[in-house]
Amino acid sequence: MSIPDASTPDVSDPDAGAPERVADPGAARFARRLWAARELGIVVALALLVLVTVVGNPAFLSPQSLRDLVLGAAVLVVLAVGQTVVIVSRNIDLSVGSVLGLAAFATGKLLSSAPGTPIALVVLLGVGIGALCGAVNGALVAVARVPALVITLGTLYIFRGLDHAWAKGQQVNASDMPRDFLGLGTSTVLGVPVPALVAAAVVLVVGFHLRSYRSGRELYAIGSEPAAARLSGLPVGRRVFTAFVVCGASAGLAGVLHTARFGTVDATAGTGVELQVVAAAVVGGVAIFGGSGSAHGAALGALLLTTIGSSLAVLRINPFWQQAVVGALILAAIGIDRLLVVRAANRLRGRSSHGA
Amino acid sequence: MGRDTRSAGSVSRSALTRWDTSLLAALAAVVVVAGVTVDGFASARNAQFLLLDVVAIALIALPLTLVVITGEIDLSVASTLGLCSAVMGRLWVAGLSLELIVVLVVLLGAVLGAVNAVFVTRFALPSLAVTIGTLAAYRGLAFVVLGDQAVADFPAGWTDAASSGRPVPWALVVVPALAVVFGVVLHATPFGRSLYAMGNNAEAAAFAGLLVARAKFWLFVVSGAVSGLAGVYWTLRFASARADNAAGLELAVVAAVLLGGVSIFGGRGTLLGVLAGVLLLGAVRNALQLADVAADTLNVVTGGLLIASVVVPNAIVLGRDRWRRRRSDRGPR
Amino acid sequence: MPQLKRDPRPGLIAIAMAAVLVTAACGGTTRGSEQDDPAAGRATGQANPDAPLAEGLDVAFLPKQVNNPYFTVADGGGKTAVEEFKGSFKEVGPSEASASSQVSYINTLSQQGTDVIVTSANDPNAICGALNSARQAGAKVVTFDSDTKPECRDVFVNQATAEGIARNQVELISEQIGGEGKIAILSATPNATNQNAWIELMRAELAKPEFAKVELVTVAYGNDEDQKSFQETQGLLRSYPDLEGIVSPTTVGVAAAARYLSGSQYKGKVALTGLGTPNQMREFVKDGTVRSFALWKPADLGYLAAFAGAALASGRITGAEGEEFEAGRLGEFTIGAGGVVVLGPPSVFDAENIDQFDF
Repeated sequence: MSIPDASTPDVSDPDAGAPERVADPGAARFARRLWAARELGIVVALALLVLVTVVGNPAFLSPQSLRDLVLGAAVLVVLAVGQTVVIVSRNIDLSVGSVLGLAAFATGKLLSSAPGTPIALVVLLGVGIGALCGAVNGALVAVARVPALVITLGTLYIFRGLDHAWAKGQQVNASDMPRDFLGLGTSTVLGVPVPALVAAAVVLVVGFHLRSYRSGRELYAIGSEPAAARLSGLPVGRRVFTAFVVCGASAGLAGVLHTARFGTVDATAGTGVELQVVAAAVVGGVAIFGGSGSAHGAALGALLLTTIGSSLAVLRINPFWQQAVVGALILAAIGIDRLLVVRAANRLRGRSSHGA
Repeated sequence: MGRDTRSAGSVSRSALTRWDTSLLAALAAVVVVAGVTVDGFASARNAQFLLLDVVAIALIALPLTLVVITGEIDLSVASTLGLCSAVMGRLWVAGLSLELIVVLVVLLGAVLGAVNAVFVTRFALPSLAVTIGTLAAYRGLAFVVLGDQAVADFPAGWTDAASSGRPVPWALVVVPALAVVFGVVLHATPFGRSLYAMGNNAEAAAFAGLLVARAKFWLFVVSGAVSGLAGVYWTLRFASARADNAAGLELAVVAAVLLGGVSIFGGRGTLLGVLAGVLLLGAVRNALQLADVAADTLNVVTGGLLIASVVVPNAIVLGRDRWRRRRSDRGPR
Repeated sequence: MPQLKRDPRPGLIAIAMAAVLVTAACGGTTRGSEQDDPAAGRATGQANPDAPLAEGLDVAFLPKQVNNPYFTVADGGGKTAVEEFKGSFKEVGPSEASASSQVSYINTLSQQGTDVIVTSANDPNAICGALNSARQAGAKVVTFDSDTKPECRDVFVNQATAEGIARNQVELISEQIGGEGKIAILSATPNATNQNAWIELMRAELAKPEFAKVELVTVAYGNDEDQKSFQETQGLLRSYPDLEGIVSPTTVGVAAAARYLSGSQYKGKVALTGLGTPNQMREFVKDGTVRSFALWKPADLGYLAAFAGAALASGRITGAEGEEFEAGRLGEFTIGAGGVVVLGPPSVFDAENIDQFDF
């Protein structure tokens, strides 16, 4: 069973929620340490990448360069964190690229037709459109009870089609939008670009919620054992619906950030980004089966993928290698996850046999 | 979601044949309506255009149907096609004969499929994640092989045979022939029936672990090889070997397979339904294009059909279940 | 679950494969063993320069991608022209820039009996067969912006000669950096035909004594993607801290580079020019990031292409060198070698004149 959905408990799948099921507190500590090691692994990979690049070109660590780096990662981080919420519940949202496009164009359109609109309202509109799209996905998945992959593949086409039908070949240009909005994309607070701060805030809020709130924890339970979750009385439908709304809202926010940063929007914004987002989450240790993964892990994955792009450009390596490297990285990431899970399982087995 | 769909899968064993027939009926309706109302739809020339447009999707959908029925998925198909196309261009420039190149390229496809298969069956990794990885990796390698160049000087005899051959382009013979082969394997052999078992019952699948792994292994290999063949077709039809050939086609193929009534959970679906789905999407697209409907509407229609294909049958089953439950609730305890 | 036994088939398959390989390796079709007939599909027939411009022509514009602002403007120019000669205009095309979907649209247009197909090719080879079969079915084919192989169309309307663009770009950047210093080029994709032709000619131009002190240090490729171009600009400034100027002869590249520069410490210090649209560049011209840049007028390009198509369909021209035709308000044009019509030198936009343009 490899398709993330909330339908069947998957007995053959030991990594669904590996760290969550552990009863023995010592083993739980061990598993937690193992997963901390997994995230540390991304940090180390990131550090190595930066180190190699700096050796090749010391200017890579200049403040301007670092600003560019986090700025470039901001949109993908926001998308990946939203996606994590959905994947953890053993679902997937492939429509995020189209939702981003729709929200980005709406933002641009609003600002060019009513330049006086307060920025807060603009952000609210983008997030609202995203949440609405997410609600459509969530309703279809949770209420009509159909697989998320199919639904969101369908809405990927539909939302993009609506975007094109609305835009009709128009482009909103930087000069059509008020400067203080575009300033959001480039201005900095204490040297950190605003979009990066927004992304960091999203990571913190979503991460904290997933870890510390009941409704967040329940998503992991649903993702590990949907049937058991339902039997034990968890509001599965409502939680999954909310997860999609959160994911859609984050895609909407990413759309606003996209507009602020790039200054020009047409109907193609965010085309094809969905697989990159899933890749970022997977590289960041979010199990595609659901049940495990964290917001900061996904954010690290997104940061790593973006850094690869920048490094290759700075090192002047044939850009054609970039995609191949990303692919290899995804395979390595899921391979390592698997290895960790098998190790954890062996360790647990060992403990319980000692105990018996 | 939920046990409901799962049980629906087995409950509506008879409903699945109905899904086939309703798709075929929808296809017939589209063809008749478009034939009457859209100028230029009902002609042999247009039929050939329509079929040539769906050949690549139809080809790749054949093995993918089997893969999805076992509960796995292969998203790397379009990238495999692209890499095979790039390699085909490279080898042609290097001076190999086309006959040899075609064989090598299909073998390459099989090897790429085997790589997926090793990750999925030997290391027990989720195929969705694995093939998203190889989707990026294979497309990346295609660019490494050919860069942004295009190789276009394939002999006219070969390219014509793919795009306007007499009496028909070869692909229009190969696809039906392969469809029959895959259809027989899936529906008329013990092996085919075992694929449904794998998709349907995780426990039984785990019990028979090794055999499942071997069957899935070969399905991924075949999926790769057929994608390689689709790469040959694509290259010759458009007389252009490029690294970005068929980029993004994976979603169109998956959409066609799902519209054809194959359950994304595995265990359910027929080849006839998938072919009907492929043709339905192709016919709708072709008819709307002839009627000068804009591309954005085509996307909305594709997405709508896809969602309807899962929502409608589910709604029917859910409704029926609810009705039954209400009746049994009223019955004696 | 039925028993699956290990069977001898893989071995048999391997032997069969080997046999096929051996047969295939001996003889067969190799490169150069079969020659294409270069004359296939060339324009034939006699031009009648006095023929009246036909009314009621069906003219279809098939851009690389619909919903692309550049092509929306170009096709708008085509629409104006078609209205002037009383034909019927339509714009069709894929929402993603792929050659395979263009083929499908060409087939549709041919099936609809369109008189004139005006297209910009996503791939010079891939749409060739479809265009030729449309021509056999009676359509006239004009390419604009991006050409196909010459044997697949009747006339190509070129936005500017490669020499004209190269000369213009080198002059602009040299003037902006004061005739001295290191420059880099930010191009589209590494094998975009027109980009590479321009880059070669720019190198030739830079070799001239008047530009002796301008040094081209590297060419970077932004793949005509906004984000990639943005990253490549960063990379350029990282790799060459003493860079004086950037030339980006692609609308996507120059806009992305301008956006990067305007938000960085290099604003106003590193010169930037290239080919861009006034609407995309207005912001950066006004904030001082960019002094001047160039582009042809896409609306004129579409306008000229439509008139070329009408002249072809009316039998006034056949696409042969030396033929002349009139294109409404743009005046007389002469077809050059290889069936190419040139729109003219690019226009230069700066703070003075940019507000007069809206595209």
